[in-house]
Order: sequence, then C-alpha cells, then structure tokens
Amino acid sequence: MRAEALLDTRSSLDIQAVSKSYRVDGKPREILRDIRFTVEPGELVSVIGASGCGKSTLLRLIIGLDTDYEGDILLDGRSIDGPTADRGIVFQEPRLFPWLSVEQNIALGLDSSGASPAEVKRIVTEHIEIVRLNGFARAYPHQLSGGMAQRAAIARALVSRPKILLLDEPLGALDSQTRAYMQDELLEIWRREKITIVMVTHDIEEAVYLSDKIVVMEPEPGRVCGIVSIDAPHPRRRGTSKFSALKDRVLSVLVRTQSAASAGLVRSHPAAQGGIARRYG
Amino acid sequence: MPENKYDVFLRGLAFPAVLVLAWILVGQFGLIDPRLLVPVQRVIAVPFFDPDGRTIWLSLVTSLVRMVAGFLIGGGLGILIGFVIGTSSLANRLIGPSFTAVRQITVFAWIPLLTAWFGNSDGAKLVFIALSAFFPAALNTQQGLRDVPIALIETSHVMRLSWRTHLFRLLLPSALPSIAIGIEIALISAWIGTVGAEYAMGFGRGIGIFLAEGREQFRMDIVLIGVVTLALVGYGMNIVLRCGLRRLVPWQRQNS
Ligand SMILES: Nc1ncnc2c1ncn2[C@@H]1O[C@H](COP(=O)(O)OP(=O)(O)O)[C@@H](O)[C@H]1O
Ligand SMILES: [Mg+2]
Repeated sequence: MRAEALLDTRSSLDIQAVSKSYRVDGKPREILRDIRFTVEPGELVSVIGASGCGKSTLLRLIIGLDTDYEGDILLDGRSIDGPTADRGIVFQEPRLFPWLSVEQNIALGLDSSGASPAEVKRIVTEHIEIVRLNGFARAYPHQLSGGMAQRAAIARALVSRPKILLLDEPLGALDSQTRAYMQDELLEIWRREKITIVMVTHDIEEAVYLSDKIVVMEPEPGRVCGIVSIDAPHPRRRGTSKFSALKDRVLSVLVRTQSAASAGLVRSHPAAQGGIARRYG
Repeated sequence: MPENKYDVFLRGLAFPAVLVLAWILVGQFGLIDPRLLVPVQRVIAVPFFDPDGRTIWLSLVTSLVRMVAGFLIGGGLGILIGFVIGTSSLANRLIGPSFTAVRQITVFAWIPLLTAWFGNSDGAKLVFIALSAFFPAALNTQQGLRDVPIALIETSHVMRLSWRTHLFRLLLPSALPSIAIGIEIALISAWIGTVGAEYAMGFGRGIGIFLAEGREQFRMDIVLIGVVTLALVGYGMNIVLRCGLRRLVPWQRQNS
C-alpha cells in the first residue's frame, strides 16, 4: 500500500530505439541513432558525451518540444505528447524572462499549479533560499551572473515539483564552490522529493558523484556507447580510490571512441588524462 | 567629462538663433522684398493682432483633436491587426499578403480615393489620418511579436503557462519596445497626415487649411507662423513621446 503510494510520485522513462534527424540545407542529417536506455522511477541518471553529440536534442524530445523522431519515448508506459506539468526542464541557458524579477520568474513555474498567491509567495521564497539567491528576489536577470541566473532557472523548474526533472548541464556555469554546494542540494532535493532526474553533464566527476547510472554517448551521429551503473551509497567521497576507480570506468567507455578525446571532453580532467596516458601512452 | 544637458540644449539652440538673427537683420535693412520674407516682429504679432491670423488658435486645436482622434482609431486598429497577424500564422497567411500589398501604396495616394468616397468632409480627413497611423502601428506590432525569442516561447510551453500569462508576461513585454516604436511613428504619421489632409482637401478648419489660405492670399506672415507652429507641435510631440515611451519599457534602460 505504502510502497505503491510512494512509487506513484515517481516516473519511469523508457527510451526505445530513438533516432532523430534534422534537415540541414534540405538534406537530412542524423543527430541521434537508436538511443535506448531506461530510467527507473526515482533514479538519477546522467547523460555524458562530447559536445554536439545530441544530448540537448535528446532532452528536447523527452520534454516534448520536438515530436518529430523515430522510436518511442515512454513516460510511465505512455507515449509522450507535448509538454506536461509533471515534467520539468532546466535548459542549457537560463532562459529567464528579462522583464521579470527573479521571484516573478520563479513564480512562473507555478502558473499552471493553481496555487494561491500566498502559497506562491511562500514556495518561491523557500526555493530562492534553496538555490542561495537570498537578497536577489527583486533583482532582474541582467543583474545576475551566469551562475546565479542558472540557479534561478533551477528554482523555477523545481517549484512545480515535477515527477521527472530534466537538467541540461545545469551546473556548468557555476564556480567550483557553488557547484559542489548545488550538487549536494540537488541530491537533497532528489531524495526529499523522490523525483526522477535525467541530467546532462560534461563533467565525469559530477556524474559519478550524483548518478545511479551514467549513459555515455558518442557523436556523429549521437549513439549510446555504454551504460555504467554506480552502486555506491550516498554521500560519496570524491577523494577515495573507489571513486577514482568509478571515474576510470566511465572514462574507459568514453575513450573507446577517439572522437571523445579529440572533442576536449577528457582534456579538462588532468587526473583522468593521466589515466589515458597510462592505458594508451 | 559628462555633458551637461543644459549645455547640449543651448548648443542646439545656436543655429536657429543665428538664422533668426539673420532674418531680423535682413528685415531691418530691407535686403529682401518684405512680401517674400516678412519681418520677424510682424510674424510674431500675427496670431495676436491680425484678424485673419487670430484663427490660428482654433485651427491648431481643431487639428490636434483631429490628429488624436485619427491616431487613436488608426493606431488602435493597427496594434490589433498587427497583434493578430503577429500571433496567428493562419491570420498571417490570410491577411498578411494583402496587408503587405496595400502598404506599398503611398498614403497620399489615398486622398483622391477617399475624397471620392467621403467628399471633402471631416470623415475623409479622419479616415486618411487613421490610415497614416494604421500601417506603422500594425507593422511594428507584428514585427515585435514575430521577434519574441523562440527560446522563451519554448520555456513558456514547457511551463504550461496559461494564455493570459503567456500574453502578459511574455508576448507583450517582449514586443513592447517594437510596439512603442510603432506608436511613436504612428503619432508622427498622424500629425503629418492631419496637416497633409487639411492642406490637400481644404474645407473647414485646421492648421493645414490655415496654411493653404495664407498661401492663396499671399500672406507670408500667416504661412510663416503656420510653419513655425507645425515645428513646435512636432517638437512637443517628440518630448512627450520620449518621456512616455521610456516609462513603458524600463528594463531596457540598463542595457543601452
Ligand atoms: N534545429 C537544428 N537544426 C539543425 N541542426 C541542429 C539543430 N539543433 C541542433 N542541431 C545539431 O545537432 C547536433 C547536436 O546538438 P545538441 O543536441 O545541442 O548537442 P549537445 O547538447 O550534445 O552539445 C549538433 O551538431 C547541432 O549542430
Ligand atoms: Mg547541449
């Protein structure tokens, strides 16, 4: 009984043989080929891969902004058909409305919820604190740094308590300190709200730190080249040898394709580079 | 060193001051036939002491009322139509092409048609002024709505914003700078249209008719004070517009 009620707040996601082409100069260009993976209810899954391999495109398909693809995307067993309120997304760019203050922007996330103005006020204030924007409620987007704007966008996606949350490199613009804080905050929200999260990231360490499962993609066209399960309990400690071993496992899947290395994914991780040198040098 | 606003204003005044001075001197020494270039003091006296010149006040008020009425009708309809073709692709396909075609007609080409339909009445003038204001308002509104960033429209979709929120928190604020420019051009067009219609159609009262009559009676003093009045009205409209529109789009101030 109880377990069922619990499961009800989570969503499962089934990506079945999804392919996607864009038309460029009249010719179709394959962006995604035969993507398959599943996200169990309540799982936190990262998608990692070189830039341009179609990660953002995949999230657009899942959120329902683009329905022109082959294959099936099933949410709780049902085919998706346009955006719904129980799916939330944080785009790669903050996409705040320039003429609205931070609190007004975040309140937009509750527009379809039917919450009373007092409730909206309370929930918005609460989330401004969660994303550490205290004191900036009345600020306008042009007065925020890139990282602050992205945190406002995260708050906007969180206020409606979506069952499944899609995040497109949400922490990419943050400094390392705020980033670490936001990672923990994300874990906290994930645990508390029991939501399903699909997060795109280019940071292997971040993926290993947060995820239950890492979907590794390779480019041209975007394909899944491996799925790594991370079975370590939270909180995970970054410095440990076990953690490094996990990172190496993800990396070994990544570098199986040369294009990943040439796309600069690996270069930003000096420790990881040592790993490659050992193996291939 | 920041420029003092007052200094800028004074510097802008320098050139007209030189012209007026030259005008006074020319009058003083009788260099040009006073029937062609009337002395300054006579021009200034016209609206107050000349029986024909005194009608300028009523003419001016009539013209301003006419302009405001035409501007409200034409500008209002323009924003409405621009909004419809800017937001509905169906309406854009239906009305868009005719709209673009009709827009190619110079507004003054409408005068013969309008006088044929409505005579030289107030109605014809009003329709003409409304037409002058309509196209800039419609065009800029449509443009502004078409330029709403797709990224934000997508964001609105994924958040499932209600149509009201979509309209008042996204479409209108985003299009507002463009709509404001449309309103500005519409008002100026309405003023040009007012004077043009009055001048071309005659009949009744108005600053354009005042000018036309002055010319027919070869009263250069009346013509000159008419022209000066037109300039002053234009200048006044600019000030009003600048203050009003700046208040309309406050978030743009910091960006520029
Ligand atoms: N609307 C579009 N039309 C054509 N090509 C596109 C479009 N959007 C993205 N692409 C292409 O699809 C590929 C994948 O893009 P994207 O999903 O943004 O990659 P990622 O998020 O992994 O960096 C890129 O090569 C990009 O140029
Ligand atoms: Mg991307």
